[in-house]
Amino acid sequence: MKFTTAGVTLIAAAFALAGCGEQKPPAKAADAGKAAPAAASGGSEIRIGHAGPTTGGIAHLGKDNENGAKLAVDEANQAGIKIGGQAAKFTLIAVDDQADPKVGTTVAQKLVDDKVAGVVGHLNSGVTIPASAIYNQAGIPMISGSATNPKLTEQGFKNVFRVVGRDDQQGPAIASYLATEKKPKVVAVIDDATSYGEGIADEVEKTLKAANIKVLPREKGTDKTTDWKAVLTKLRGQKPDAVFFGGMDATGGPLLKQGRELGIKAVFSFGDGACTDKMTELAGKAAEGLLCSQAGIPPQAASKKFLDAYKKAFNTDPILYAPFTYDAANMLIEAMKKADSADPQKYLPELQKLSGFTGATGPIAFDDKGDRKDAEITIFVMKGGKIEPTAVVKGGKTVAYAEFLKSMGGSK
Amino acid sequence: MDTFLQQVINGLTAGSVYAVIALGYTMVYGIIQLINFAHGEVVMIGAMVAFTVINALAPFGLPALAVVLIGTGCAVAVCMLVGYSMERLAYRPLRGAPRLAPLITAIGVSIILQHFALMIWSRNILAFPQIIESQTYFIAGAAITTVQIAILLICLALMSALAWLVYRTPLGTAMRATAQNPQVAGLMGIDVNRVIAATFIIGTGLGAVAGVLFGTYYGLAQYTMGSILGLKAFSAAVLGGIGNIPGAMLGGVLLGLVEALGAGYIGDFTDLCRYGWLADSIEACARDGHFILAGSNYQDVFAFLVLILVLVLRPQGLLGERVGDRA
Repeated sequence: MKFTTAGVTLIAAAFALAGCGEQKPPAKAADAGKAAPAAASGGSEIRIGHAGPTTGGIAHLGKDNENGAKLAVDEANQAGIKIGGQAAKFTLIAVDDQADPKVGTTVAQKLVDDKVAGVVGHLNSGVTIPASAIYNQAGIPMISGSATNPKLTEQGFKNVFRVVGRDDQQGPAIASYLATEKKPKVVAVIDDATSYGEGIADEVEKTLKAANIKVLPREKGTDKTTDWKAVLTKLRGQKPDAVFFGGMDATGGPLLKQGRELGIKAVFSFGDGACTDKMTELAGKAAEGLLCSQAGIPPQAASKKFLDAYKKAFNTDPILYAPFTYDAANMLIEAMKKADSADPQKYLPELQKLSGFTGATGPIAFDDKGDRKDAEITIFVMKGGKIEPTAVVKGGKTVAYAEFLKSMGGSK
Repeated sequence: MDTFLQQVINGLTAGSVYAVIALGYTMVYGIIQLINFAHGEVVMIGAMVAFTVINALAPFGLPALAVVLIGTGCAVAVCMLVGYSMERLAYRPLRGAPRLAPLITAIGVSIILQHFALMIWSRNILAFPQIIESQTYFIAGAAITTVQIAILLICLALMSALAWLVYRTPLGTAMRATAQNPQVAGLMGIDVNRVIAATFIIGTGLGAVAGVLFGTYYGLAQYTMGSILGLKAFSAAVLGGIGNIPGAMLGGVLLGLVEALGAGYIGDFTDLCRYGWLADSIEACARDGHFILAGSNYQDVFAFLVLILVLVLRPQGLLGERVGDRA
């Protein structure tokens, strides 16, 4: 474990140096020159941890998250921030949790042992929740940029935050979008009997019923169901105008495909688990027109300043949650600046009440639980094989995506 | 009525795939009394090989049907090779060993194959290429797609071909003779090892086709798909009477039907509000109009409940474990 982590750090460091060399040689080289003596002269190195899966099936997303945090740290170093009277040198310690809860707790402990001042991560809810207990014990603040499971901030940990929306905000958002935009009379709700699927389906049902829309008795599958025909055949007889499914793309794809094969013409809508381009591969032409939601905003809707900086630094566009991890790292740094200390005990209160912070994903402030106030939920529609954002729901209000983009561009 | 007819069509399609897989279990059991737990993984490998070949050929602009046929052909060839090697390397050395040894070996082979597939095809869910345009037809309000029709016809053809092979050809006669008594069959000049190898090859070839059909029907393939498919097909074989070829066919189709109808109607039957004397005492009935005990996610439970009931009443399976001409 030790070797792997050291390796990753080394590679990250080498990458950073190489990156500096390539892009703006004179300016960056000067920075590197300045930073090195600062680190050598005083104990003002401030370590910020990042944890996410950088190997395995979602390694690309983990790397994307890591890049977001890295960009924030690099920018902070260039800005020459002074903390406690000394020039601060921020170092990003990136570890690989392999999207595995067991590995996640091991690397969390590793970050604690490395005396990081704060942590950005993890990526998956299932990994973040057990890891958060370790950071809590050590009193280290952590901000996740992508863990959407409500449980994370329901544990009563004072040091746990997230800058992304919660799953239980997603259900009401997609349901209210359905109700106002598609005006269905009868809606069928299906879930995959997992805590995620059931949770989001319950929220959708609640919101639809509150809008006086008839909801059919809940149908269920499992997270391994590939044959939905029996359920769909039954539903077809009840003629719903819309179908909502709480589950992942692996089950949602076949559900959609089989629904269309059976001649169901209803609007299909899904939560973020099935809100991916993979739906086109799994459902083929049937995927066209599906509605789905994702907590947060699509990366291309992040501030232009961030997008340009990211492109310049990594020579690629952010994939998914990089704007959020960028904001998370910046919030840690901002709170340290406000408290004039990198001591977690001193800057944690500042982080909790941080106000007036505007990041790549818009203004951010935390509520009592550590959740983002008025988090955005984006509604997507499948068009020509790609999911395209169509609207943003924020604080119960629906804004068309084009208008939202304008507002983001305007604020910068 | 159209709902019922639709459930029957769905059940028949899934059931005929089960039936073809079940044949692989039953043939091997019939001839060497081994439950080849690795058979489900062979089905998975069939789907995976077809996935790779079809994806590789897709850009060359060949007719869609030809691509699918080549893909299926490769899948069948690879699976037959896997079937032969598995018999030769894992089961033949244990031919005289106590019953448990080959059984545990079969489980081991299954795990090895699964992880082998994991290494090659990753743990991700693979979207099975949908290159044949599927048309939907409506019969009395029930939808049936071209893929479903093709599956029903192919399965029927495979089952008839197998029946012809077992009951009308010299190889089939040799297989039935070996099933009855391997020693005597050997004395009569039958090369028992060759016949057993042939049984494995035919069974795994059928499994490969079933894998391709499954992948095309549901549009996905994953390295774990073999275990649940294998379990269901094995149950179907037991339902019909293991070792009995017509039994496996009947068992597969029945299991598919029971599953589809179960999933379609279990929610209605367990809706307590339908039963007047209960409805009055349940609060939810007045509020929501329904109080469902077991929803459609219990379809597997329902299917296996039926299986247990049949086995309690008829331990030898529906058509019985006919020793005489099991093969």
